[in-house]
Amino acid sequence: MSATTLDPARDSANRARELRADRSARRRRTGTFFVYAVLLMIVLIYIYPFLVQVSTSFKSEAEAVASPLGLVPQHWTFAAYERLFLRSDYPVWFKNSVIVTICVTLGRVFINSLAGYALARLEFRGRGLVFAGLVAVMAVPGVVLLIPKFLVINQLGIYNTYAGMIIPLLADAAGIFIMKNFFESIPRSVEEAARIDGAGPFRIYWSVVLPMATPALVTLVILAFQGSWNELSHFIVASSDPELRTLTKGVAQLASGGLGQGLQYPLKLGAAAIMTIPVAVLFFVFQRRIMNVTSGAVKE
Amino acid sequence: MSTTRSAEATSASARSPRRSPSRRSGVRGREAAAGWLFISPMIVILGLFLVVPVLMAAWVSVSDWTGRGSPLSSTVGFVGGENYSRLLADGGLATQDFGTAVRNNAWYVFLVVPLQTALSLFLAVMVNRKVLRGRGAFRTAFYFPSVTSSVAITVLFLFLFSASGAVNKGLSYLSITGPNWFADARGVVHVLLGALGVQSGPAALTGNGFLGITWWSWISGPSVAMSVFIIMAVFTTSGTFMLLFIAALQQISGDVEEAALMDGTSAWQRFWYVTVPMLRPTLFTVITLGLIGCWQVFDQIYTGTQGGPAKTTLTPAYLSYQSSFEQQQWGRGAAIAFVLFAIIVVLTIIQRLILRERDTVPRRKRFIHPIRTGESGAVPGAGAQR
Repeated sequence: MSATTLDPARDSANRARELRADRSARRRRTGTFFVYAVLLMIVLIYIYPFLVQVSTSFKSEAEAVASPLGLVPQHWTFAAYERLFLRSDYPVWFKNSVIVTICVTLGRVFINSLAGYALARLEFRGRGLVFAGLVAVMAVPGVVLLIPKFLVINQLGIYNTYAGMIIPLLADAAGIFIMKNFFESIPRSVEEAARIDGAGPFRIYWSVVLPMATPALVTLVILAFQGSWNELSHFIVASSDPELRTLTKGVAQLASGGLGQGLQYPLKLGAAAIMTIPVAVLFFVFQRRIMNVTSGAVKE
Repeated sequence: MSTTRSAEATSASARSPRRSPSRRSGVRGREAAAGWLFISPMIVILGLFLVVPVLMAAWVSVSDWTGRGSPLSSTVGFVGGENYSRLLADGGLATQDFGTAVRNNAWYVFLVVPLQTALSLFLAVMVNRKVLRGRGAFRTAFYFPSVTSSVAITVLFLFLFSASGAVNKGLSYLSITGPNWFADARGVVHVLLGALGVQSGPAALTGNGFLGITWWSWISGPSVAMSVFIIMAVFTTSGTFMLLFIAALQQISGDVEEAALMDGTSAWQRFWYVTVPMLRPTLFTVITLGLIGCWQVFDQIYTGTQGGPAKTTLTPAYLSYQSSFEQQQWGRGAAIAFVLFAIIVVLTIIQRLILRERDTVPRRKRFIHPIRTGESGAVPGAGAQR
């Protein structure tokens, strides 16, 4: 470009601009390097604790205390896991968590999609009122309901039963919103054909609309699974029977010294690591979707 | 009377098909029945486990129920506002405990909400750069702590911040002797004042108080133990809020950014005067969600410290549980729950008012629609379209 210009003043101006561009490019490069350095450092802070957790669970107790930062155990031992799986109630807790999580997830998917469909598509008197009630209910913070929930569970005679642990968790206003929003995005014409063929509302919901709602259902499954697997406070107020203890409750009691003397860091960290695995697997399998579940919130 | 009504009913039922003979009304009627049928499971469950509990707890909070038998039985007496006045006014142990719990949680909110908002915004801006390679990996790393359960994270932090734990080991390389985090009840502000030579507060602060504890202990700051929970909360929530900010940043059109660039603004000016004002709705959401969430700290305390050391990690939510389940003071426990609810509602309203006052972006110029709440407003379809 500068070769075509004959005016020397413009030529020097161009050279100066090139020089400036070059300098700003270099500055940008150092800037980029700086950004990567900062980000990598933050990643280290975010991920290192989990690496330490896994490695410590394979250390001996003495080593866990002596070198809390080391990533590779000097002497590998499976003592913590042997203890957890062979000589503690950990398998029972795990089983209970699996039972509750599966029931809550399936139940929520069914109830939420049914209610979401009704609120989005079926016209009936009082629909607006029901919806307003739902919004109001969502505003009540969960922790405030701890004691009240126990009172009702106790009154109904389902304290210390799976029913008491599962049924109250099926109440999930947020999931209903997700389903309602999704069903509203499906064109009505899809249902018309089925309606003309004489299909009833349940049939239309079950065999026409629901299969189309797979993306929303996956979202719902993720939220329900993560929510019920990680739930603690509800199980504290819904049961006291050791046979019904879930992982969250069991590990929480382990943390406050449930399994005998000593610090027992390998044991506790191993217990916490294993209970993280199912949600971690879910996270990595559905990663892209989880990211969009949250970010989708802003896209109205 | 009954005969006329039944006669009316029969005539009405006889008339109705005549009045609207079209097939459409039959479909509508069936649709209405189906509608109610479809939402009935939801209504039963939400009613039974959300509405009824609130009513029952309202009764218990004004009763002297001790946890034996049903709270609705005739032996349970009505005590009026006694549970509430014990809690808020009479200055006894119950008031002191509640005051302490509110103080602890207030410091927690005061520090966690700004820190998590700032950090998640920072992470979002960093990760959202167009030239950045491995954006997905960074996002994954920052979001991962949000996925794990609060119990598992607390167990991990109990280890990291133990007296001989990873954090103190790390500090020792910098030749700093870390505190025994979870056993340290000293307030951070008191520690700082102590370093400046102020060992005890002025009489004006130590002599008077509010909710059973002195002003001097109100300003103590979070205890060292509570600080760990503060760090933990920032660590686990920043990922979630980062995703909200990223989504909002992606909605901002590049034109605005470019226009600002043409005007010769610096990166910092662009961030502060262009990006942040456009993120206002999301900021609002993040702060609201943070505020509501932070007043509900329970799991971490139950797992980690049970309120100790010296009640400095006691929170209203945990105190409510403790009074009911451990001390059998069910009326007080329920009363605490209601006061906590009131605190959350009032603070949310105040925050709304403050943020609205400073709202200078005209509504029609907004690029981003305000969103309702975190996950509830989610449009899963948006994910499917990508």
